[in-house]
Amino acid sequence: MSTDNPTTTAEDGKAEPESEPEFDPAELQALRERVDELEASVADSDGADDQKRMTIIATQGSFDMAYPPLILASTAAAFGWDVVVFHTFWGLDILHEEKSKNLKLSAVGNPNMPVPNAVAALPGMDRMATRMMQKKIDENGTATIEELIELSLETGVDLQACQMTIELMDYDEDDFYDGVTTGVGAATALQHMVDADIQLLV
Amino acid sequence: MSSEYDTTETLDVKGQSCPMPIVKTKQAIDGLEAGDVLEVVATDSGSMSDIQGWAAGTDGVELLEQVEGDDLYTHYVKKTA
Repeated sequence: MSTDNPTTTAEDGKAEPESEPEFDPAELQALRERVDELEASVADSDGADDQKRMTIIATQGSFDMAYPPLILASTAAAFGWDVVVFHTFWGLDILHEEKSKNLKLSAVGNPNMPVPNAVAALPGMDRMATRMMQKKIDENGTATIEELIELSLETGVDLQACQMTIELMDYDEDDFYDGVTTGVGAATALQHMVDADIQLLV
Repeated sequence: MSSEYDTTETLDVKGQSCPMPIVKTKQAIDGLEAGDVLEVVATDSGSMSDIQGWAAGTDGVELLEQVEGDDLYTHYVKKTA
């Protein structure tokens, strides 16, 4: 690159006139072909990268924390993106057909709750908080967890259940919604994340 | 206020909130042919911004118009490819 411009040296004080190019026509032709080839391969890889990818790691299984990954995933699928949600630890309960219908909101440790923690810790408070939230969700026309899971699967989101957690929790592969990917681990998640445009831990 | 497009299909997502208007719009568009226009009727005020964002980020669709009425948000989306 730096040799493109003739340099001015202190000795002669002016630029050397451009010397005649000494390229062999065959060599020039070969170079041109190589440039075309490289340009084509750049265009190809641009095309392959056209589809956006998003990986979400879902680690939380409370009622409120189940929503963000599912909403983002189904919306991203509507954009035509390639989406993987890798569910691990409590996040696995979101994919558990039975447990997903009974996810609870924690009344404790949430400063936005209308009751102090000391009251929120009383028996039955989580159930009450969950019921209140569920009612709100119904009234607002917000989809249920189950609807969002079905929708995500229908639109091509890859919902993955961490195999290690399945075993840790003594779950069975049949406990999950049809279409959930099982038998995957951290390496599978990382493999998708490394090429993803967006990676989120929820 | 009323829009005169040769609407191929109307999608009613009244009463539904994020992400349903977007996801259902995408599904409805998938079932249409190039050149068709989908009318989406929503009550979710967030659908104004969301449909715009979705249409801008999605190939093969064009947002023709958005009409804001009394608690009703109507979107006209054309399938271009």
